[in-house]
Amino acid sequence: MRLRLAALLPLLFLLTVVGTTAPAHAANDTIDVVGTLLDNRDTPPKPVPGVKISVEESGAQIAEGVSDAEGKFSIALPGAPIDLLGKKITVKIDTDTLPEGTSLTDEKKTEYSVTIRTDGDIPIGYRIGPKADDSDELVRKVSQSAINGVFLGLLLALGALGLSLVFGTTGLTNFAHGELITFGAIVGFLLQDKLDSPFLLAALAGVVLSGVFGYANDVFLWKPLRRRGTGLLAMMIVSIGLAIFLRNVYQYIVGADSHQFTGVPLRREPWEIGSIDISPRTFWSAVICAIILVIISIAVQRTRLGKATRAVSDNPALAASSGIDVDRVILTVWIVGGALAGTSGILWGINYGFDYQFGFKILLLVFAGVTLGGLGTIWGTMAGSLIVGLMVEMSSLILPPELKYVTALVVLILVLLIRPQGILGRAQRIG
Amino acid sequence: MNWLDVLSGAVEQALGPQAMIYCLAAIGLNIHFGYTGLLNFGQAAFMMVGGYAVGALVQTWEQNLWLSILVGLLAAVLLALVLGVPTLRLRADYLAIATIAAAEAVRQVLGAASLNDQFGGQDGRFGFADDMKSLNPIEPGGVHFGPIDFRSYDFFIMIVGWSLALLLCGVIFLMMRSPWGRVLKGIREDEDAVRSLGKNVYFYKMQSLILGGVIGAAAGIMSGLATDNVAPSDFATDTTFFVYTVLLIGGAARVFGPVAGAVIFWFFLNGLDLFFDKATHDNLIPDWIMTSDQASLMRLIVLGLVLMLLMIYRPQGIFGDRRELAIDGR
Repeated sequence: MRLRLAALLPLLFLLTVVGTTAPAHAANDTIDVVGTLLDNRDTPPKPVPGVKISVEESGAQIAEGVSDAEGKFSIALPGAPIDLLGKKITVKIDTDTLPEGTSLTDEKKTEYSVTIRTDGDIPIGYRIGPKADDSDELVRKVSQSAINGVFLGLLLALGALGLSLVFGTTGLTNFAHGELITFGAIVGFLLQDKLDSPFLLAALAGVVLSGVFGYANDVFLWKPLRRRGTGLLAMMIVSIGLAIFLRNVYQYIVGADSHQFTGVPLRREPWEIGSIDISPRTFWSAVICAIILVIISIAVQRTRLGKATRAVSDNPALAASSGIDVDRVILTVWIVGGALAGTSGILWGINYGFDYQFGFKILLLVFAGVTLGGLGTIWGTMAGSLIVGLMVEMSSLILPPELKYVTALVVLILVLLIRPQGILGRAQRIG
Repeated sequence: MNWLDVLSGAVEQALGPQAMIYCLAAIGLNIHFGYTGLLNFGQAAFMMVGGYAVGALVQTWEQNLWLSILVGLLAAVLLALVLGVPTLRLRADYLAIATIAAAEAVRQVLGAASLNDQFGGQDGRFGFADDMKSLNPIEPGGVHFGPIDFRSYDFFIMIVGWSLALLLCGVIFLMMRSPWGRVLKGIREDEDAVRSLGKNVYFYKMQSLILGGVIGAAAGIMSGLATDNVAPSDFATDTTFFVYTVLLIGGAARVFGPVAGAVIFWFFLNGLDLFFDKATHDNLIPDWIMTSDQASLMRLIVLGLVLMLLMIYRPQGIFGDRRELAIDGR
């Protein structure tokens, strides 16, 4: 079993010098503290040998080791694994033994405390590089989070528009919307993986099929339910059933593992602009998001169909009596909303990877964005999603990264308390 | 395939600790949703607060188990107040979003690695039920009724839990016949009408949220005691959805709805699981259609479908009364 180092994992992920994240299982008779020391100022990173690392238990040193020519260290803890379980150890690096001119990026991070829970090896990561200037580091972190936040916000906005428009036109709070987002990623991935089609073709087909899926959702489920006069709350629970059904069908098809797209014609190796890293892939994904959002905004503002959509959103009965085909507008909203959600899913997938339930996991963020901006409003949805994206990423400057989604959820509740119609919503009775 | 195994396994689950826990949670939810019309999608948070109060107080702070159970129930009152003050004035769909978000926030905070020392991160808390285990009067060999077996401690937990469930059913039956209960149902049917009669709707909703939440916490505590473990994954959003399914199968706003719902829900959930598991192992279903990994998903796929069909064709559930169900577009 792998030691659950939830506290260290985000760290390991972010740091450029990482311990082995998947430790070897070989030695079952001892528990090892393992890791690799690399100097990341060089490309490729240069191993740092001869650094002394010690392990202490309640103040007394119990083991020590030195990094080898490849920068690797592996320190066996004395005693059988069974006796070590539950013990709390502290891993320390001896900074005096670092070679001349090298130091830890964060000088305070010389030790890690770990409680042993399983008999797997314990990965430890140290970041070696130039000493960070505190003020520069802060500026770098803030701007990096802001960029990540804007990108997350754009993805959320793209995913949220369908949810918001469907709510606006039909009043349905669709808990299965997350599965529309996952749908795009899964279909794109399957087309590419199983049919061996080139990435761009698979992605485009994924977007089109997501639109078709949105169409199918409306024609085969929601439209008949509207005809039957099923109540909105009943429909909401139906959408929960649909979400559970779809999510498990997805897992049936692609399994529980996380997947990555291959053959994406956008590089991942980041450009360094000043001290900020941004990968071409993220950049162009953000540009695509922004272009689509602008097109949708113009279409809603200028075209006949867009105006009809806003009219139905405003007051379906009045729109119908002034000659607008409400059902056709709703169907269009489903198709466009589905395609947008699918696009968001594919872009999410190529940047962060995806699994069968990622759409469900981000659904609450999408809800947060939509509610913050005002359910059913288009500009509000975009603004709200951007704010939520920024807030999620920026909050990890202050809070532990695993709590970053919590910020959005707390804001969602606060918005409902203070201004339930959202920042751009029209004041109406919702309580 | 051995049908008897499938059947007896399904019956074991239908009466076992899991069904009892979901029954208790659904009894609490029935007060919110069935009687008051509150669309509380945060029932898992109430369960979690109860379970974690007990687990953390006993394991981390080494308190007495019985005192901790009392604190767990009080923690649910506190959560109901914190959750209710901002959300109870909202319209039903907004209330659903707010409560689901709050529940997930609670879960992520309690499961956070930075609170590892207090709440044990993703592993949660364990080894806190010793005092309960020492009370177990059932002989260690367990209990057998023909092909149906229960382990000794499980059977003890079942007796305690189902007794509690039946007791609560009786209490709720009496409460809902009282003037207080009629006000709750009135709120469900027409909030404005109740308000115009001079009742403080907000106040009644809060009492309903607290009462149902405390029963939810009791479910969480029983869950912790039954498995001697509480972990964040036990209280995910899906838990709330399953509790809803239990309630809707049995029939909302029916005293015995949650009991019937929980038994039927777990009978079919586990029956399907065992059926597909055996079918794939015996190669009744060929491997290229379904592997044994995929077989474990079939029960949830069916569950999703059942929830949809139930809501579309029989929203009152098996024993419910359509007139009692306030599912409309308020």
